[in-house]
Amino acid sequence: MAKTISEKILGSHSGRDAVAGEIVIAELDYMMAQDGTAPLAIRSFLGMNGEGLAKPGRAAFCIDHNAPSPMRSVSELHSMMREFAARYGVELNDVGEGVCHQVMLDRAHVLPGRLVIGADSHTCTYGGVNAFATGVGSTDLAAGLLSGSLWFRVPETMKVTVTGSLEPGVFAKDIALMMVGRVTADGATYRAMEIVGPTVDDLELDGRLTIANMVVEMGAKAGLMEADSKTLDFFYGRTAESFEPVFADADAVYVEELELDVDALVPQVARPHRVDNVCGVEEVEGVPVSEGLIGTCTNGRLEDLRTSAAILEGNSVAPGVRLIVAPASREIMLEALREGLVETFTECGAAVLCPGCASCVGTHQGVPGDGENVISTANRNFKGRMGNPEAFIYLASPATVAASCIEGRIADPRRYVS
Amino acid sequence: MSMQGRAHRFGDDVNTDYIIAGRHKFKTLDMDELACHVMEDLDPEFYSRLCSGDFVVAGRNFGCGSSREQAPLALKHAGVAAVLAESFARIYFRNSINNGLPALVCDTSSMCEGDELEIDLENGKVRDLTSGAEVECTPLPQVMIDILGEGGLVEYVKKHGSIKAAGRQ
Repeated sequence: MAKTISEKILGSHSGRDAVAGEIVIAELDYMMAQDGTAPLAIRSFLGMNGEGLAKPGRAAFCIDHNAPSPMRSVSELHSMMREFAARYGVELNDVGEGVCHQVMLDRAHVLPGRLVIGADSHTCTYGGVNAFATGVGSTDLAAGLLSGSLWFRVPETMKVTVTGSLEPGVFAKDIALMMVGRVTADGATYRAMEIVGPTVDDLELDGRLTIANMVVEMGAKAGLMEADSKTLDFFYGRTAESFEPVFADADAVYVEELELDVDALVPQVARPHRVDNVCGVEEVEGVPVSEGLIGTCTNGRLEDLRTSAAILEGNSVAPGVRLIVAPASREIMLEALREGLVETFTECGAAVLCPGCASCVGTHQGVPGDGENVISTANRNFKGRMGNPEAFIYLASPATVAASCIEGRIADPRRYVS
Repeated sequence: MSMQGRAHRFGDDVNTDYIIAGRHKFKTLDMDELACHVMEDLDPEFYSRLCSGDFVVAGRNFGCGSSREQAPLALKHAGVAAVLAESFARIYFRNSINNGLPALVCDTSSMCEGDELEIDLENGKVRDLTSGAEVECTPLPQVMIDILGEGGLVEYVKKHGSIKAAGRQ
């Protein structure tokens, strides 16, 4: 029987002929938790009388959400993670290594065709490199650490085909926001998405990861793309392991098929306080902004930094606006330094932070003030998300954030690109 | 097992940031401390109005957003006995069952704030004692019934060593 990518990966990892709707127990290739979820996972693991990892060398912790620690109680939780990691042989990625998802990719802990869980909802990002990767809670993660396997309902798949060419100034983030606006916050719940088409093929890996990152904002369990030469190039030299990309069969069964044409797509903005409250930039142009954020697991990669630095070069951040830039990982930070991007950001008045989640989750480093508007490249704009329920968060591409910070109000980045 | 309590009504797409905000959950593993802030950004008075054994009643996509298990834990420690919704986001749904907090999928459209509800977990029925209406819940998969039956995933694994036997009747 013809299969989707999800059916094939969950089938090969459970030793069954997996079909959508069925529940399987599948072997995990890698497990990850971050500092917001690892402490509870440790508590659950010890509560289960866990004595060791079922798969040593297949688990990582990342300290990224609240890093460096802003307070004593958080420092204690970080210490707990370091001690557990040292004792049980979990790889510990400490402060400054970067956002967990980029670290997992940079270190090739996730590869095409693999099955990965992470105690973070944006684990779906790795679908951009053809891995079935999904977010779980801390206790599921603990069960995974202990037994090396987990139960999954094999999801039905929704196929999204993206066609057309992006106008200069319009990016993968705009495709992702348009998709969320179209599908809505629960339009893909319990489903996997396969995102294909010539436009996806044309995107660099960075852009594909941006789209895969946001599938959970539609409720999806995974957002799978095909691996191609760009995917293989990324992993070249990063791993000695062999791996096998997985493709859907031509006559695989999809629960829904959606076609999106991006020829006429304009820069997109998600308005407060919902990710699916999406409009074209023209509808919000001129809204004053106090803070900009470029970074996060959605848009902290090199392409994002290059694009926004190119717009900012020779310009200044408007008076009264603070622009925060946080590269997604140490590797990306180093390359941004080599290319002079960090210099550009710093010269134009931005504050460059250490690799990590920065202001996205509202725990530290850039909590907005009452009544302030923020324009951010992150993936969520819920009320209170950045630490203040009295602030208003708009989501957009790095280019739109850069242009908006130059003007001090939401601006169309197409005016800044040739 | 039958439970009785009052309904606290919420709308669609209640995300886990609203259930427990990131600014609170990153600081501590003390769930009683987190419980005081449950639903704070949506309804600052919610915790003070809540009585132990009450129910949260919501629309579609309850628990969307982040994977934080602190969301069902904060609700449970605040005294919420079950959450009833038209649908749940998948990570929250698993987390809730894993922590022994019943998550019931049913038609909640007729349930109002303050209604007295009686839930029959075994038979999957919810009776609104205020309006007299009765609705059926969507049955859970066997694997979740087994986990819930042990009081959560930690207890299940402690007893059975792994989850490999779950759902295999």
